[in-house]
Amino acid sequence: MSAIDTGVKAVAADPSDGLAILESRGSTAETYGIPLAVLAELTHRCPLQCPYCSNPVELDRAGTELTTAEWKKVLTELAEIGVLQIHFSGGEPTARKDLAELVQHATDVGLYSNLITSAVLLTKDKLSALADSELNHVQISFQGNEPVVADRVAGFKRAHEKKIEAARWTRELDLPLTVNAVMHRQNLFQLPDIIQMAVDLDADRLEVANVQYYGWALKNRAALMPTIAQIEEASRIVEEAQTRLKGILAIDYVVPDYYALRPKKCMGGWGRQFFNISPAGKVLPCHAAESITGLAFESVRSNHSIAWIWQNSEAFNRYRGTGWMPEPCQSCAFKEVDFGGCRCQAFALTGDAGNTDPACTLSPLHEQIFKLAETEAAGNNNHFIYRNFAGGTPETESEHGA
Amino acid sequence: MAALRSRNISVSETSRPVLPRHARLKFDETRQVWVILAPERVLAPDEIAVEVLQLCDGVRDVGQIADQLATKYAAERAAILSDVIAMLQDLADKGFLAEAREKTP
Repeated sequence: MSAIDTGVKAVAADPSDGLAILESRGSTAETYGIPLAVLAELTHRCPLQCPYCSNPVELDRAGTELTTAEWKKVLTELAEIGVLQIHFSGGEPTARKDLAELVQHATDVGLYSNLITSAVLLTKDKLSALADSELNHVQISFQGNEPVVADRVAGFKRAHEKKIEAARWTRELDLPLTVNAVMHRQNLFQLPDIIQMAVDLDADRLEVANVQYYGWALKNRAALMPTIAQIEEASRIVEEAQTRLKGILAIDYVVPDYYALRPKKCMGGWGRQFFNISPAGKVLPCHAAESITGLAFESVRSNHSIAWIWQNSEAFNRYRGTGWMPEPCQSCAFKEVDFGGCRCQAFALTGDAGNTDPACTLSPLHEQIFKLAETEAAGNNNHFIYRNFAGGTPETESEHGA
Repeated sequence: MAALRSRNISVSETSRPVLPRHARLKFDETRQVWVILAPERVLAPDEIAVEVLQLCDGVRDVGQIADQLATKYAAERAAILSDVIAMLQDLADKGFLAEAREKTP
């Protein structure tokens, strides 16, 4: 589920699909209407150990997870305040035994539901039950186009084979399929084959999402950072495929922001159009927000309503709009274009979430960080630190050679 | 082979369009506007589009939809038909329209 910020950004990214109209009616720069889509991270448990996982390094333990009844109450409340879409994610959401029950509840309260899954725990029966609960869409992550690279990245034997099988069942059940491919230095060479794999699987959409470097991915940056040449080649391949596959496969593409001139408009701007709910029930401006120490996040278990938390809590208001910005953001002509980039990245790389995201060329740290990325990309540290509840486990030689 | 096929549709007078599972037409009570919910997208169809989509039940064909709207608005059928086809084709090109197919007789 590591490409969440691509996906969620897209909710409001394309004015040509009519969403701009909704935004101006539903919210203004100062009132912050309730988001159209919310990400529900049902659990941080996951059988995979991807080194770029977008979950925080400090994972929520199973014992802290919201119960079935609590999640149902949350879903009801979300629908009542005007949320339209719910993305069930994780961790691995199918690790929750109550997933079909939660999907059915989302349907009952009128939410459009999307499952963001690694698919390795799915069986055809489980998927049928989800289809019967009127799940609207399935997104399956892939780590490569063949098992050698893919299973090594996932840190899970036969992961790729299981994903292919689950993708076939998805289409057999006539569920729409998005293939999500997270790309980095060690699998970018497979991009043309990954695009063909998505076509062969009869997917509707392919997300080609370059790794974003915070949390686990930051720990693994030296092993994952692509070279500029790789990114240029990838952009060319995607552009060619978008033209060739028009009407067959829609391709969304996210470049890694280390190699961009302007930072990404992360989450569409902090607290502007998105929130997610963590396994333990924290309401967060983005799925990585808990990495910012010193910010307190309210929980759905508190006495506050979700709408109150969205509108009034300190964490959401801290970096909302443009008033909080220091220079060079404050006087920048782009401040309402990118809202100063990503708060989590600013925190991870500068120690202060209020600084300009170093992905921006105007950040005093941009040059230094860009050079470091180039050096890492040219290096040969290809060993991963696998994601787990123990804080990460270095890949062994035998795994690396596999 | 599934009965519904959402890609590469060419909309004509005899097509029997229907919204696929991943594109849901819904009235958003909070914002008082009709929306089409789709993967990672929320579209806001205009009033005419909403009226057309409400008639897309996979049973009526596009010709019948045009008949119905031409009668309702006392408008020229040919003009309505071409507008309806253009609107549905646009939706189909975005991947948000399916077509009901006859089972092999």
